[in-house]
Amino acid sequence: MAGDEHLKTLPLEDVHKAAGARFGGFAGWSMPLTYPAGVMKEHQHCRDHVGLFDISHMKLFLVTGPGAAALINRACPIDAGALEQSQSKLTFFLNDQAGIRDDLIVTRLGAERFMVVANAGNAAADEAHLKGFAKDFDAEVKPLDRVFLAVQGPEAAEVLRAAGLDVDALTFMHGVEPRANWFMSRSGYTGEDGFEIGLPENDARDLLAKLTGDERVQWIGLAARDSLRLEAGLCLHGQDLSPETDPASAALMWAIPKELRASGTFVGADALRAILEKGPATKRVGLKPEGRQPVRAGTKLTDADGNPAGEVTSGGFGPSVGHPVAMGYVSTPLAKAGTKLFADVRGTKVPVDVAALPFSPHRYHKG
Amino acid sequence: MAKTYFTTDHEWLSVEGGIATVGITDYAQEQLGDLVFVELPEVGKTLSKGDTAVVVESVKAASDVYAPVDGEITAANEALSADPALVNSAPTGDGWLWKMKLADESQLAGLLDEAGYQAHIG
Repeated sequence: MAGDEHLKTLPLEDVHKAAGARFGGFAGWSMPLTYPAGVMKEHQHCRDHVGLFDISHMKLFLVTGPGAAALINRACPIDAGALEQSQSKLTFFLNDQAGIRDDLIVTRLGAERFMVVANAGNAAADEAHLKGFAKDFDAEVKPLDRVFLAVQGPEAAEVLRAAGLDVDALTFMHGVEPRANWFMSRSGYTGEDGFEIGLPENDARDLLAKLTGDERVQWIGLAARDSLRLEAGLCLHGQDLSPETDPASAALMWAIPKELRASGTFVGADALRAILEKGPATKRVGLKPEGRQPVRAGTKLTDADGNPAGEVTSGGFGPSVGHPVAMGYVSTPLAKAGTKLFADVRGTKVPVDVAALPFSPHRYHKG
Repeated sequence: MAKTYFTTDHEWLSVEGGIATVGITDYAQEQLGDLVFVELPEVGKTLSKGDTAVVVESVKAASDVYAPVDGEITAANEALSADPALVNSAPTGDGWLWKMKLADESQLAGLLDEAGYQAHIG
């Protein structure tokens, strides 16, 4: 990671400073890591009430034109033309080996209009990648400059309603353009009901004035964002997903329509078919360490006989479940929930159970 | 009467009768955030200055706490096994980490006093 002086700053950095945020570098951005409440309280507040996150480091791309759906079908293992109006889907950019370049959310906003939401760390590469396809299809790829806010938690819908937004037409994994240059979807990265709203900076400041005046709402930093998503069993690209992992090993085949597995012409289709035919050698699983000691990313796993079994890709403490939580990749025969493994933590063998994900149940509003 | 010293690694030592009680400063606990686990040292273990004595784990990361001087561990704060957050709530009191018998009291001369530490963290 480059020194702090090279980090990009959020458009609303002044707001976070005023809220007392402690900052740190992530994916090339100076991001609020925690606010004065601290990670434990922030995490629990989001599970109980409403957490507000500035996720403007993430990138929105608008893909439009007669060839927009065809472009997305080539770039991603998805049938963009089959999406209903306002429907969102998790998908990927794969490389030729079916490795995951990035994971994305694609939303259909019109017959020839799609929103693609990409991870911060891959934004520049994703833009070049998408624009590379635009030459072959009758479509335009437009990166958007937006403030991007996530409003997450069981009272998120009430809070946005009180702020004057019409949220009731949206169910989980649907998105709309409620105002000029706005994009609002019912989705998130916490396992809770919630919304993600991309909007121009001035509109964002007006909305925040209402939201931060609501006592149910609290700013949440990146530290709690990470513990929330890990409890919810959601992947972080760069850790749990990478160009070296494919959707089958990552246990994300549910995101790829069955008919596309056989006949799709998306980038990486042939390689993915070959992987599926053989069966993936490793699988992403939940891992529950025994006791209180967290098991971190990069920790090696062994089976009961001491043979290599896999590696942890994300690990920490789950504030709402009250125990350490982790995810990682293990050899496929060991991927069954209940399998006993051991994590090598600084020379100590910590017993770890393969566990079903999520650790904290999803509470999405599916309508 | 105990005398308190500080290190540039944000530890405090309270020394009395050749035994140092060691912990991290309020500044350090604030930087680390909420602690969820403390890996305590074994009593009887001999450490040299700079050796890892304790590992403190926050929700997000693990951080080493180093022995500020040479010596032998005489006690570990077992209360932290059940309640690691004591380090956050009382870093210079009930949240102490370990006690050690000093091998060479002259090493204390190289440490900071409170005014020196306050100047160090600015």
